[in-house]
Amino acid sequence: MAAVTQDTAVSTGRVTRTFLYVVLGVFALFYLLPLYVMGVNSVKPLAEITGGNMMALPRVWTLEPWRAAWSTAQIGIEPTGLRPYFLNSILMVVPAVAISTVLGALNGYVLTKWRFRGDTIVFGLMLFSCFIPFQIVLIPMALVLGKLGLAGSVPGLVMVHVVYGIGFTTLYYRNYYASFPTELVRAAMMDGAGFFQIFWRIMLPVSGPITVVSVIWQFTNIWNDFLFGASFGGTSQPMTVALNNLVQSSTGVKEYNVHFAGAILAALPTLFVYIVAGRYFVRGLMAGSVKG
Amino acid sequence: MSTSTTADFRTRLQDWLPKVVLAPSFAVILLFVYGFIAFTVVLSFTGSKMLPKFDFIGFTNYAKLFALQHWTTAVVNLAIFATLYIAISMAVGLMLAIFLDQKIRGEGLLRPLYLYPMALSFIVTGTAWKWFLDPGIGLEKTMHLWGWESFHFTWIKDSDMAIYTIVIAAVWQTSGFVMAMFLAGLRGIDNEILKAAQIDGASNWQLYRRIVIPMLRPAFLSAFVILFHLAIKSYDLVVALTGGGPGRATELPATFMYSYTFTRNQMGIGASSAVIMLMTIAAIMVPYLYSELKEKP
Amino acid sequence: MGFLDISHVTKSYGQVQVLHEVDIAVQEGEFLVLVGPSGCGKSTLLNMIAGLEAISSGDIAIKGRVINGVHPSKRNIAMVFQSYALYPNMTVGQNMTFGLEMHGVPKPARDAALADVAKLLQIDHLLDRKPGQLSGGQRQRVAMGRALVRNPDVFLFDEPLSNLDAKLRVDMRTEIKKLHQKLKTTIVYVTHDQIEAMTLSTRIAVMNKGYVQQLGTPKEIYDTPANLFVATFMGSPAMNILPATVVMEGGQPHAEITDADGARRLLRFSQGNLAEWADKPILLGIRPEAITDPEGADRKSANIQPLANRVTVTEPAGSDTFVTMTLSGKDVIARMRADAMVAPGEVFDFAINMDKAVAFDPATEARIPQ
Repeated sequence: MAAVTQDTAVSTGRVTRTFLYVVLGVFALFYLLPLYVMGVNSVKPLAEITGGNMMALPRVWTLEPWRAAWSTAQIGIEPTGLRPYFLNSILMVVPAVAISTVLGALNGYVLTKWRFRGDTIVFGLMLFSCFIPFQIVLIPMALVLGKLGLAGSVPGLVMVHVVYGIGFTTLYYRNYYASFPTELVRAAMMDGAGFFQIFWRIMLPVSGPITVVSVIWQFTNIWNDFLFGASFGGTSQPMTVALNNLVQSSTGVKEYNVHFAGAILAALPTLFVYIVAGRYFVRGLMAGSVKG
Repeated sequence: MSTSTTADFRTRLQDWLPKVVLAPSFAVILLFVYGFIAFTVVLSFTGSKMLPKFDFIGFTNYAKLFALQHWTTAVVNLAIFATLYIAISMAVGLMLAIFLDQKIRGEGLLRPLYLYPMALSFIVTGTAWKWFLDPGIGLEKTMHLWGWESFHFTWIKDSDMAIYTIVIAAVWQTSGFVMAMFLAGLRGIDNEILKAAQIDGASNWQLYRRIVIPMLRPAFLSAFVILFHLAIKSYDLVVALTGGGPGRATELPATFMYSYTFTRNQMGIGASSAVIMLMTIAAIMVPYLYSELKEKP
Repeated sequence: MGFLDISHVTKSYGQVQVLHEVDIAVQEGEFLVLVGPSGCGKSTLLNMIAGLEAISSGDIAIKGRVINGVHPSKRNIAMVFQSYALYPNMTVGQNMTFGLEMHGVPKPARDAALADVAKLLQIDHLLDRKPGQLSGGQRQRVAMGRALVRNPDVFLFDEPLSNLDAKLRVDMRTEIKKLHQKLKTTIVYVTHDQIEAMTLSTRIAVMNKGYVQQLGTPKEIYDTPANLFVATFMGSPAMNILPATVVMEGGQPHAEITDADGARRLLRFSQGNLAEWADKPILLGIRPEAITDPEGADRKSANIQPLANRVTVTEPAGSDTFVTMTLSGKDVIARMRADAMVAPGEVFDFAINMDKAVAFDPATEARIPQ
């Protein structure tokens, strides 16, 4: 994609510029506010929330809500905290991201460098799978997972996420490899390199940027998924489902501070990834939406 | 590929190896996407309740579905939600992109601030906004504490207004992303065209309205397609923010499908609602993907 | 039978035939250039020799062995690509020896071959750099080095100079020619640049619309083009083509044309056999350098025809001056010495070397044999 270097800026007066900064600033507050509210209220005792101002800084700082959210809060019927569910999410995300990325890389390689009759149709069918409402596959998937003995298990969720992630990873790698000169593949072919040697020695070494994109995208999507987790999680529910259970539980006093701490815990891995590699993330979103 | 004489082993290997590598993924997609779609379509013509059974009853489920007040509510809500969500996200996104593109100091700081909600789960977004909008502890109470006693904001508890709180939270989550798409589009416009227009005497307003915004057409299209399919798929946000309530005030087709299929054991009707959702998305996505893919050599 | 035999080779994509019955026998040590406009099929033919595209019918053989179905890496050929196709993640040295490595050549032998070629091309000092750190000319050398290291039977070049700037292109052209003279390798070279074709080749195949229009030495192609396409494609500025009628005067065939004022003029042909075409229309072809001022005319020519005509434009180009006039309603370019005194609007005495004139049949566009 085009380098982000040139401005389409027009010359503007001082009044206009002040207006621009004010609007941009207000929106920055709008985007930050919920995060601030969550953060500030997750380190307050409950009494301060129910009795005080949600915008105010804590009078008494406490990490108790975080400890509770992590290890003792009531999730469903068990007072386990979010810890085991966090672990479930990790166990689900890592293999699902790895497998779908590897498959996407190979698919993109085949679809751009080893084109065959009908390859665009194959790609079109894979691409459309990114956009289906997953409600359309919930019922048969539940039956198939049951038949395979994977219902309610982490491997079952891994399978589901790999299946519905292939479309995205294939899209990313295909668009990336499409701009990779085919003459290099031909040169390698004449040099005597085979299908996998070309992939391994020529393509992979230059696939760093798109691999970052694909991994971030898949990680975010799978970590944040709720529908599949709620439908097929069973006893291996991921973090999002557990957070929802925690927040929606109708028994006892609503411990808002614990809920906020839990919400931040659920958001931390993706936020961390976003902060570390956000630039690539944006570029990746573009690759998925702009013609490649 | 065919050759006039027999190809050697290496050439033949090279012919079928790529297809063998692609085959598992393609097979999985065919089965788990298109096979499953076919299965759900079939189910929608059966009288399945808690478990699938194959007693075909024609279009009865669709007839029942569209007679259900519950479904009508969900569809009307989706229409309101999708229209506002897409329109506001695009308007905010375009505005922020154009503003950010004016050589703004601190752009590098603002851009990630606008974008980070995209990294969050809808469940987290829903949780945050749920309490922020809760009159008892959130915005309303804060305003009262700050001395604005008459401030009244109870949309989330109000059946007529609750759907708009979903719009607010959804716009909060994705408008930054739309901004990024438009910004990329703006940065892709050739500077010389703008200089030419300025030399031709176009004012700033004319420049954007007549030259820049028309040139962003591809970005508009991409943003629309992505927002549209996100709107129809919206499920998590409703679950976390309102749980479909108050009453059924924020029920959407996605939540309708889930509750009819898995809670109310009306699998046939649930399947038919999923088919309607798919058809709605396909009506936009199929022509879009077709036009995107066919231009390529 | 040649060293590289292309016999009855055709290529079709579905219903569309892009190459028609190509027959070329390349001898060992020959430098064959395939030249033509884009879409003429020259690159397709090269890719078929390389094994990158399948042959629809016909045979390609190297040293008598038919290689139609043989994998590109087993044909003992090497190719220099238009974009150079250097592997961006490998150093120059790794780039050049990748092919040997893939063919299982042990490391000491690879290093020895690399050292030889690097020295030959004077790129020894670049071996540890990545392609991204090289200039265009250096990349070009590395790309050639990668081909040379393999010591193949046939070298294929696919428009190798088209990505270089004008000056470097001329330098590299000379370099390739030197290399060929020194190594006596067999080369098939594709270009759309007729000057490259003329300067480098031992033989040229001019291609258009999937047909080989003419196969011959540069001199044959230039002096006796087989048809109108070859005549106008080869040479710059292009050959002047004028509609004319053959008339007999004093028992000699003449070309009847009109000058800038519409007056009838006659130019005597050197070739007597055009008498058969008496009173018939032809297309007269005269290269710009065959139209000069009288002092600049070729002294060896036996048939210089004078022609006074009005000058429309003069374009001094340093080494020559190009002069435009109108003949038979067409713009005609003459190539003068730089110091010829010509001014636009004046009537000037041109000298036309009719020994170099050619005639074409307007119906078939083929050259009328003389």
